[in-house]
Amino acid sequence: MLIEVRILRYNIETQQKSHWDVFEVEALPEDRILDVLQEIKSTKDGSLAYRKSCAHGVCGSDAMIINGVNSLACQVLVKEVSTPIKIEPIRGLPVLKDLIVDMDTFFDSYKKVLPYLISEDDGGERERLQSPEDVEKIEDTTKCILCAACTTSCPVFWTSDSFVGPASLVNAHRFIFDSRDKGNTQRLEILKDVNGAFRCRTAFNCTDACPRGIKVTKAIEEVKREISLNS
Amino acid sequence: MKIIKHTFDGVIVGAGGAGLRAAIEAAPYMNLAVISKLYPTRSHTGAAQGGMGAALANVEEDNWNWHAFDTVKGSDYLADQPAVDILCKEAIDSVIELEHWGLPFSRLDSGKIAQRRFGGHTVREGEAPAFRACYAADRTGHMILQTLYQKCVSMGVQFFDEFQVLDVNIDDGVCKGVIAYEVSTGYIHIFESRAVTFATGGFGKIYKVSSNAHSLTGDGPAILFQKGLPLEDMEFYQFHPTGIYKLGILLSEAARGEGGILRNKNGERFMERYAPTIKDLAPRDMVSRAIATEVREGNGAGPNSDYVYLDLTHLGEEVIKEKLPDITDFVRTYVKIEPITDPVPVQPTAHYAMGGIPTNTSSEVCSDEKGTVLPGVFAAGEAACVSVHGANRLGTNSLLDIVVFGRRAGKSMVEYVSSTRPDGLSESVATPIVNKIKKLLEPENNTPSSVASIRNELQESMEVNAKIFRTEKTLADQQEILGELREKSKNINVSDKGTVFNTELLEAIELEYLLDMSDATVGSAIMRKESRGAHTREDYPERDDENYLKHTFITKDSEGNLEVNYKDVELGKYEPMERKY
Repeated sequence: MLIEVRILRYNIETQQKSHWDVFEVEALPEDRILDVLQEIKSTKDGSLAYRKSCAHGVCGSDAMIINGVNSLACQVLVKEVSTPIKIEPIRGLPVLKDLIVDMDTFFDSYKKVLPYLISEDDGGERERLQSPEDVEKIEDTTKCILCAACTTSCPVFWTSDSFVGPASLVNAHRFIFDSRDKGNTQRLEILKDVNGAFRCRTAFNCTDACPRGIKVTKAIEEVKREISLNS
Repeated sequence: MKIIKHTFDGVIVGAGGAGLRAAIEAAPYMNLAVISKLYPTRSHTGAAQGGMGAALANVEEDNWNWHAFDTVKGSDYLADQPAVDILCKEAIDSVIELEHWGLPFSRLDSGKIAQRRFGGHTVREGEAPAFRACYAADRTGHMILQTLYQKCVSMGVQFFDEFQVLDVNIDDGVCKGVIAYEVSTGYIHIFESRAVTFATGGFGKIYKVSSNAHSLTGDGPAILFQKGLPLEDMEFYQFHPTGIYKLGILLSEAARGEGGILRNKNGERFMERYAPTIKDLAPRDMVSRAIATEVREGNGAGPNSDYVYLDLTHLGEEVIKEKLPDITDFVRTYVKIEPITDPVPVQPTAHYAMGGIPTNTSSEVCSDEKGTVLPGVFAAGEAACVSVHGANRLGTNSLLDIVVFGRRAGKSMVEYVSSTRPDGLSESVATPIVNKIKKLLEPENNTPSSVASIRNELQESMEVNAKIFRTEKTLADQQEILGELREKSKNINVSDKGTVFNTELLEAIELEYLLDMSDATVGSAIMRKESRGAHTREDYPERDDENYLKHTFITKDSEGNLEVNYKDVELGKYEPMERKY
């Protein structure tokens, strides 16, 4: 079937401001939006730019706004959205070209929360023991693929990219509640900062946006509670 | 075109599991850069699902010798047995090390790492399926990638994200550095570096139905192949039995490890006929061949009778939710089927290259079949061929391969760098690359290039002529098609003339790599007149140990002519036997 797709275009190299381009392309109902973008790039406009890799929702390359909703282009099917399909880059990060944004701020914030296991010993010759119940506590937040769908749906982040943002808090949660980690004194001190966890205003946009179904707001609330209990 | 020069002691190309593991080993001892065409956490290691084999014996008695036996038998006796011993022995420490770095493995009630069954893994040399695969639900690869990246972040490893590798400079037989294209600016970067590790992953995009990411185009192997260096065992390409029908998205073997069953259109559990002892948990080459055979004999399901079912309906909601959450979500997302209640249409999907850049067990690249080392060049992971997988890789062994031989690559880089001195590299080495890019961008043109149509033709023809079943005729036909596609590709003209994220230009470069990988795959396959592991020649249906217990080394000269040489397999404890399960 023939569908209409509207894409917000921009090129930092040549353009002052963004504009909408309209494409009509052949698509099947079960095609992914990423397939549709590929079809446009192959047959209509070779310069259309977007990131892609795994094409099934595990690498986190292709977060974008599809009909107003932060999504992964490889996880949304044509039959699930109304036409014309409107596609825009995610918000709050500088757009470089079409659907590609500059991810530096996002990964810098991630690195700020010490996203790695901090332990006092070398672990010994065998694995550390951890109960299935303790694994369960971090099961949800270990699923994060750093796609930025949550952070770029957050109204607080839109107004100030100095806020560490939901994705960094999810990754902090993953270590704060890991029974093997001993880095909470340092990590919670960082998250107490004015740009840390308490800037979250529980809008729940992040939870709705997460393509992995992580309960992001709940994780942030648990981080806030942990900071309060330890100060 | 702006050219920027950097000087490092070592450069690692690729930031998946093998590249990151090598970086962790090398970074403390040298000025190191890791360059990747993606952000590291986008790498395809993250798509691996089911587990990582290691004889931890947490569930039942196990030892690494049994793991080695299974790996050798699974390889159809083409793996080099000393390398397999290293893989299976070092597997244990590698898993423990990842746990110490924070990998959130699933656990037993005892708190130890949980282990599950997987295809081809047995206890006591074939007696029964073994609980050997260490896992984190069905997202083990994701957790490995995240853990290794986190470790790199903690160490301050220097990354160059979204840099596409274009060339390696080898001067008088010695490595001098690599040349890369910065995707966000269009600048050319020369990385002067006397040690270079290629960990660029596989090339599953030569086929149409594939579990592989768009980015898997064989960049490292292709660059070396273009320089006249050999690739090893390229005819051995693994087709995973359970890709989602048409899409090829992987549904882990863990689904069968947890008790899932394959059924044909009549509901019959057909694997009982092909592998009476371990049935659905037979190695991947056998299961994929069984599915293809069922389809050929008219037992396939659906309007075109071209798929079979993966039946999980008897496992129960709890097992599915706890142990197979991601893959069942893929099924719901992409084919709108509820796997708790309905069987899932599946077909074999292009999955893993057993072949690649020939290396020794120190991850040093070899420049010929005699094992001559190419000084300063290393390779690990799917891009490399040690060979531990031989003609067919066992499930869970790729995640081992990346950490065991990634670590060895890092160690070898350290040794090499400490025993050599920097030697300088002039900016003129970038000239051929600059000219190549200029040619792709000139002349003026406003319509999209033919990259996508050539790529489609390539993938569709490889699917027909060089997939599970092959004959002299299909392979010769494919060689002819590859020749035509190569000619067409010479006239590619990229319509996007910009420098910022010119992804059309990148796809043109990747297409060239895909054509190289296809030439090597088909060229090796046509010369191997036997059936072994994943390579099934219908005109030569038997394994022929007398003539082909050998590794293929294929090279291409500047005219495009292919040449094949052979190297004897390194045997060990296990003599080749008939392969029955």
